[in-house]
Amino acid sequence: MTPRLGKDLTALETLSAEQILLILDTAEAFKEVSERPIKKVPALRGKTIVNLFFEASTRTRISFEFAEKRLSADTVNVATGGSSVSKGETLVDTARNLEAMRIDMVVIRHPASGSADFLGKRIRSNVINAGDGKHEHPTQGLLDILTLRDRFGSLSGLKVAICGDVLHSRVARSNIWGLKKLGADVAVCGPPSLMPRNVSELGVEVFTRIEDAIRWADALNVLRLQLERMTSGFIPSLREYNRVFGVTRERLERASDKLIVMHPGPMNRGVEIDSDVADGPRSVILPQVTNGVAIRMAVLYLLAGGGPDWQQQGGSE
Amino acid sequence: MTSSILIRGGRVIDPSRNSDGIADVYVQDGKIVSVGRNIVGEDGAQIIDASGKVVAPGLIDLHVHLREPGQEDRETVASGAMAAAAGGFTAVCAMPNTDPVLDNQGAIGFVISQAQKAGKARVYPIGTVSLGQNGETLSEFGELVGAGAVAVSDDGKPVMTSHMMRTALEYARTFGIPVADHCEDMSLAEGGCMHEGIVSTRLGLKGIPSAAEEIMVARDIILAELTGGHVHLCHMSTRGSVDLIRRAKEKGLNVTAEATPHHFTLTHDACEGYNTNAKMNPPLREAADREALRQGLKDGTIDVIATDHAPHHYDAKEREFDEAPNGIIGLETAFGLTHSELVLSGLLTLPELVYRMSTLPARIFRLPGGTLAVGAPADVVILDPAVQWVVEPGGFFSKSRNTPFAGRTLTGRADLTIVRGRVVYDRRDA
Repeated sequence: MTPRLGKDLTALETLSAEQILLILDTAEAFKEVSERPIKKVPALRGKTIVNLFFEASTRTRISFEFAEKRLSADTVNVATGGSSVSKGETLVDTARNLEAMRIDMVVIRHPASGSADFLGKRIRSNVINAGDGKHEHPTQGLLDILTLRDRFGSLSGLKVAICGDVLHSRVARSNIWGLKKLGADVAVCGPPSLMPRNVSELGVEVFTRIEDAIRWADALNVLRLQLERMTSGFIPSLREYNRVFGVTRERLERASDKLIVMHPGPMNRGVEIDSDVADGPRSVILPQVTNGVAIRMAVLYLLAGGGPDWQQQGGSE
Repeated sequence: MTSSILIRGGRVIDPSRNSDGIADVYVQDGKIVSVGRNIVGEDGAQIIDASGKVVAPGLIDLHVHLREPGQEDRETVASGAMAAAAGGFTAVCAMPNTDPVLDNQGAIGFVISQAQKAGKARVYPIGTVSLGQNGETLSEFGELVGAGAVAVSDDGKPVMTSHMMRTALEYARTFGIPVADHCEDMSLAEGGCMHEGIVSTRLGLKGIPSAAEEIMVARDIILAELTGGHVHLCHMSTRGSVDLIRRAKEKGLNVTAEATPHHFTLTHDACEGYNTNAKMNPPLREAADREALRQGLKDGTIDVIATDHAPHHYDAKEREFDEAPNGIIGLETAFGLTHSELVLSGLLTLPELVYRMSTLPARIFRLPGGTLAVGAPADVVILDPAVQWVVEPGGFFSKSRNTPFAGRTLTGRADLTIVRGRVVYDRRDA
């Protein structure tokens, strides 16, 4: 029996390997749509989707919006500055108002962990988590995994090291859950001051030296270092961070030939990653972005009730 | 509402006299006049049949938040005193972090006057350690005590500077009152909303490490030794704190400590699904911490059980986890939880429960009650230790409903509560 996704996509922790593979395989089929001269299929025609962004985002918001438009959905973007949220409306009231407008799906980005789950429990519409606090960013995790699968064929036994500010990273958590469910070996690497408590209990290796992670890994997923981490005392300086933890060309010289480097963006060039790595032959950072649209198309389509073979149901225009 | 009440045939447990057996308790003019077999009351005395029930000195809660003045949508002195009575409490100590805070004679007097008007459980206000709870200027303890305060505390916040805590402990000795401290190193805890551990890691929530509490417990113990003052450690939550207190008591220091039913019942797993009714400060911790608290209650390291009753309007808890306020209500579930979790599990005997929920709290804060000795105030509770009931917050007397125990089946409940010789709660009327 074909697995289904359920009503919402709020986390990879709660998905099965089969559900993750369903999304990846569906995304595989959607990749082709973005390569057409006319990048549009009618799969979600008549569906209304709200992109509810309580935090600044360029890449994720645009990626969702393209995915929605390429599936022919009607979309509305709400950003905090222009909404009643800045007037002190609570999330539960925002949710009720959206419900009252009979929308079909909500894509939410919010600074509070658990906010997507909170919304999903209170409205009938499908809810997609586009990043909730330090909890999860499931579509980012999925697009990272799709990029790894594109390169390596299988995730089983693949060694993926997630490097940097794991403590504050929703990308790290989604990657850990998704990769482990598909049989990859996962490590985290960074200064212990940026590691969550008891992180090894998630079933990951822990490295405190970037050199060790590079030696171990088939792929590095280099996290963005939020610049405010320095002022709040987690690390002494960006300069020192780059010297001790930066993914630099010199450090990659002794790495295996197959090692690839990912980054969820936006990058701080010269801090967590050097430009000649980001722009170099090991980098798959732009393929990640391309895959992001296909993953989001797949998630939107599957949550809207689409079956595994979208072409038979929606046809192409 | 007669002036004489004869409680017949119950199992009378009075830890203050080491007594436990079937007896009658006779109450007249607000005092216990006799305890024994086959007491014959005067004509017109109200007769209460307590056979199959437990008769004990009324429960005393050293740590509640009644929210008045300032947050009457959550609780008032009257609603809190009624909830207390329904939970078997005859007295509660009200923390001063109201709005405005209880840092002066007038505010203390106001709470006492509201409690008198309500006429349910006794309410003893606790004054602030510092003016405005700002940690800078010592409150006028003499004025506060004169108006009726029984202790001082900046609860809700720690007394952050060691100098302020030292001064408070020294100065409080003049009046023989304890300084009750909320132990939390704010620089470690800031922004945290649950216990720092595997669950906070998974949920992506900022944690509060156990060390934040233990550092302040250690400091307070050291200052108790320095000053000879009485430090009362509020709502202990970690195994490390229990160890520190055990060592302090071995040294004979003037340190007492409390634990809440939620900390010895639940763990941080209750926060799963971002359940804001499991959000409190100190946070629910790990299974090993819960076990250490239980052992501490058994061996006396932890002196008393207190609820930290913290009412919040339902709107306030209906939001993102890190934005939701800390705290849960506890007065109407405390006995049922303690009896179910600690007595039925064999950890404590029923007399030990009464000791830690009545007799010892009275002694520690030097309050009337906690005893059925002849001549003592007639603050008495009749407990039904056998009744099974399901927690339904909708039926609570508290104005708030924020409890993680909704739907839980408990064994044991208060049936009838007498304060100053007057029935203030009778479940048969409820």
